[in-house]
Amino acid sequence: MLEGGRATLPLIVGAIPFGILFGTLAGPSGLSLAGTLAMSLIVFAGSAQFIALGLLASGAGIGVVIATTFVVNLRHLLYSAALVDKICHLPQHWRAPMAFFLTDETFAAVSNRMLQSEDVSKQRALNHWYYLGSALAMYGNWQLCTWLGVALGEAFPDMTGWGLDFAMSVTFIGMVAPYLRNHGRWNGPMWICVISAGLMALATWQLPHKLGLIAAALTGIALGYSAHLWQQQRQPTEATNRGCVDE
Amino acid sequence: MNELALILGMFTVTFGVRYILWGTAGRFRFPAWLSNALGFVPAAVLTAIIVPAVLMPDGQQLDLTLNNAYMIAAICALLIALWRNNLMLTIVVGMAIFMTLRWLL
Repeated sequence: MLEGGRATLPLIVGAIPFGILFGTLAGPSGLSLAGTLAMSLIVFAGSAQFIALGLLASGAGIGVVIATTFVVNLRHLLYSAALVDKICHLPQHWRAPMAFFLTDETFAAVSNRMLQSEDVSKQRALNHWYYLGSALAMYGNWQLCTWLGVALGEAFPDMTGWGLDFAMSVTFIGMVAPYLRNHGRWNGPMWICVISAGLMALATWQLPHKLGLIAAALTGIALGYSAHLWQQQRQPTEATNRGCVDE
Repeated sequence: MNELALILGMFTVTFGVRYILWGTAGRFRFPAWLSNALGFVPAAVLTAIIVPAVLMPDGQQLDLTLNNAYMIAAICALLIALWRNNLMLTIVVGMAIFMTLRWLL
């Protein structure tokens, strides 16, 4: 279990600024103190929490925030699909909490070890404790950083004027870039996805309740996936080498 | 703003997505086309949020001029992120450029 926590450590360090930033931005975005802490405790989804703040700040309705959360978190389906063979021997009272704690960071730390384990019977017994160690370290850190961010935001109320609104954009840019270029090669369909989503977001800006966000995301996914299919037809040999799952 | 509804709703969809395959393990097959399409989800959603935020910083109209610190800093951040795949570097340098531009402009 300690080993799982230790393996997640570098990723936890990476999550610290986001936790603090979330806590700091939550108040100015219109979330109460209780709401901020409860969101980190109950929802526990870094990028979705960030996006929710951005949407709340620009006046989106609850329904749109929830729908967007769903779309943003769809990537966890990929993670759980990659690990499903490794957890199906566990009882439900293990699977449910493990699912609750499934984040990008814990997936990254755990998947390597789980997928590489040769001695199945021996590794299986350890795996869920390793997973729990990673997950609890991540969870504890997230709560701590949220608190710290809230405290910082209250100590320095003018912090939002320092350009922290841009911090969210720059973070997202850093998260998108690896999709555009993986393993040193440009990912054409991903560029099509991103450009079309961006243009559509501008074109649908006026739609009420921030519905344009959903329209833009769906457009990007549809066009990106079409481009992927088209590329697959042209170069069938490279079809499987897309690199989404191994990240 | 009903925060309770918001948080419970967000919890339901987040946990639902994380748990559905594990809860039904083995009984629900995951089609390949779906997992390929899902690969485009994070980039599409994040871009749909970034682009209006940096090109329409006042939330009203497009600002494609060189006075738009958000846009300039965002372009620099993208180039840094594509050049070095390092999230912390992108954030720190991107923020530094943004702060400097805001101070200059």
